[in-house]
Amino acid sequence: MVAVTGMGVVTSLGQGREDNWKALIGGRSGIHPITRFPTEHLATTIAGTVDFLPSSNDGASALTFELADLAAAEAVAQANVTAGDFAGPLFLAAPPVELDWRHRLSLYAGAREHNGAMSLIEAARTAHALQLFGESQFATIADRLAERYGTRGLPITLSTACASGATAIQLGMEAIRRGECDRALAIGADGSATAEALIRFSLLSALTTQNDVPEKASRPFSKDRSGFVLAEGAGALVLESLESALARGAEILGIMRGCGEKSDDFHRTRSKPDGSPAIAAVRAALSDAGMAEDAIEYINAHGTSTPENDKMEHLSLSTVFGERIRDVPVSSNKSMIGHTLSAAGAVEAVFSLMTMREGVLPPTINYDTPDPAIELDVVPNVMREAQVSSVLSNSFGFGGQNTCLVMAREPV
Amino acid sequence: MSPRDVVITGMGIVSSLGEGVDAHWQALTATAPAPVLDRERFAPYTIHPLPEIDWSQQIPRRGDQRQMETWQRLGTYAAGLALDDAGMKDDEALCASMDLVVAAGGGERDEAVDQAILDASLTRNDHDVLLNEKLTTELRPTLFLAQLSNLLAGNISIVHKVTGSSRTFMGEEGAGVSTIETAAARIRAGQSSHVLVGGAFQTEHSDMLLAYELAGFLHRDDWKPVWERADSEGGGVVTGSGAAFLVLEAREHAEKRGRKAYATVGPIVSRRSRRNSEPLADGIDAMLAQLPLPEGPLLTLSGASGAHQATQAEEEALAKRGTLVARGFSSLTGHMKEAQFPFAMALAALSVWHGKAYPAFDADREQAFEGAPQAVLATAIGYHCFEGMGLVTKA
Repeated sequence: MVAVTGMGVVTSLGQGREDNWKALIGGRSGIHPITRFPTEHLATTIAGTVDFLPSSNDGASALTFELADLAAAEAVAQANVTAGDFAGPLFLAAPPVELDWRHRLSLYAGAREHNGAMSLIEAARTAHALQLFGESQFATIADRLAERYGTRGLPITLSTACASGATAIQLGMEAIRRGECDRALAIGADGSATAEALIRFSLLSALTTQNDVPEKASRPFSKDRSGFVLAEGAGALVLESLESALARGAEILGIMRGCGEKSDDFHRTRSKPDGSPAIAAVRAALSDAGMAEDAIEYINAHGTSTPENDKMEHLSLSTVFGERIRDVPVSSNKSMIGHTLSAAGAVEAVFSLMTMREGVLPPTINYDTPDPAIELDVVPNVMREAQVSSVLSNSFGFGGQNTCLVMAREPV
Repeated sequence: MSPRDVVITGMGIVSSLGEGVDAHWQALTATAPAPVLDRERFAPYTIHPLPEIDWSQQIPRRGDQRQMETWQRLGTYAAGLALDDAGMKDDEALCASMDLVVAAGGGERDEAVDQAILDASLTRNDHDVLLNEKLTTELRPTLFLAQLSNLLAGNISIVHKVTGSSRTFMGEEGAGVSTIETAAARIRAGQSSHVLVGGAFQTEHSDMLLAYELAGFLHRDDWKPVWERADSEGGGVVTGSGAAFLVLEAREHAEKRGRKAYATVGPIVSRRSRRNSEPLADGIDAMLAQLPLPEGPLLTLSGASGAHQATQAEEEALAKRGTLVARGFSSLTGHMKEAQFPFAMALAALSVWHGKAYPAFDADREQAFEGAPQAVLATAIGYHCFEGMGLVTKA
């Protein structure tokens, strides 16, 4: 059995578990007008960017590292693991990296000639800018984290799009179950809310353009939902075999009971109309957890606030849980923090565990106009005190990625 | 032998030398294997270009082909070759329960749009606004997906109906090592019965060269074998487009469906050497010490990139053992980044399967190998970071 002994989180709501939790149960939104870059020509001008860190304006690579680092530091401290000697593998969910535009432009400005791509390459070669090299290598962030935390072996950087954070946890669980390690550090981090990222999602019509009242823009499961809000953040979890955690007297924060996965072969961005892959992923997670549907007491939804996701998520949940789904509270943290992309699965796993520990269900805010086609108890607008002992957390992503986690408060 | 031994039952490889295992075996066992080079297109850099490929052989729907840039198409194509080779291509149930682990970098950006922005940036200072202006109007909406790292796996699911699970590991050679290490570990532990694993790299795009050249890793003289580039202009790496996908299967699973395996995947080891503070050759030696290396000469399919420091360290570590007979295949294929280790494993398996070693790819630096290899070592020492190697043995 895999326990959680450390958790860390950063979102637009703040840094650390305490600040985030206070904001989350207070129904506060972290969505705000974009100030990081000019928004001329952009259809969407709001986001859940993390603007309060030293590297908030230093590009996706630097910010993703800092977010991951802060979340990891909090998790490792809570787990009470020797600083700098984590002694278990690292699984990092991170956005794909690219050379930042400002660096591309400054290289070109300094190029000897301006004859297209080859001039840029020559400028790169002669600039001796090793920091920029790091920005172009996918291994860099995990390499730095591995060095800092003393994780063991080759760190794995992964991407399963918007399910990445959950996949990092899943890989950690699998490694512990195989007996390869006693503990694993699973991190989901995403600081990639650049203008280009925003534009790319915008061109796919994935983002809401309800810019006027930013904090009201993300409205999962509402009738007038119109797209997700791009956001940043990080979640980190110290996963540990229950045996090892108990042996060293660590506090057990929760149990990772099961994980399940099923890919969708229907379309690059849309789910199979019958929802069968998401349904299969939920069922696989339940089966892996050794739990029946009726044992799940709360669902931390993927709930992106896009018309498609929320409809399909409802379809899959109502298929798996049947009539009972009306009575299971289902809330979406994204109503407040937006969609933290590669980090979402890990951030929301941290919040799921806190939900059980604190005995409070965070609300789905902005639920003013219910979608009559989605009959769910979304914990509308205001948090609710409730003791829940098990949670299902969903993560679905472009490319047919569906990953679900089942967590429990206590070992059975 | 255990029912959960990991065996290789299908391989799909593509490089400048051709497509498929047979074409590669022919090309690499020729009396004097010769590289296929393009010296002009990206001069002063030489690359190993893709061969001509009829994409529709593995990606029948033109709509699917259009949704991908070359990198994704290449990986999806090689994955199809591997599934065909394993006799799984049209077995819906096997594909639907098959796990997928892909080693990926990023795909190809739109060079024309990027260049338009670079050009315009020379005459104005409001660069942030310029980006918004150009990107909102000129970027093709579907390009994002066509270059997104996990969409190679996504396309493999769509085109080949591989839908058990899907994970994409990112990060140069290390990602390729981790895909195979993780897939094999899952099979051995009973967490998976059959996995499609591999990666692709398409070098014929300026950004792919740019990333290496930010640290001056590319070789700028005329082509030479990987072991002989130390005194040349540049950093020693010559890149190549290519892909390698393997079908890994539990021995029992393969036997039940009556498939003969190319070879068995032995232990895989990986490492994150601290190259700034310890000699890399020691790190490589430590990995070798973790493996049950057989007595006597051992054929070694080396993924050495040509990068000066890493290649020299690998040569030194291999030489120190005295029994490792290296074949630096990148001399002939070029460096294929994320696909490097899967490719090394494929060539190693092919040699075990044929019971025959490859001739020296560099007659001056590589020794002859006599006899039929029972086991072959495959290595991938990252040009910049991360290392891995594994043994392939007779099935």
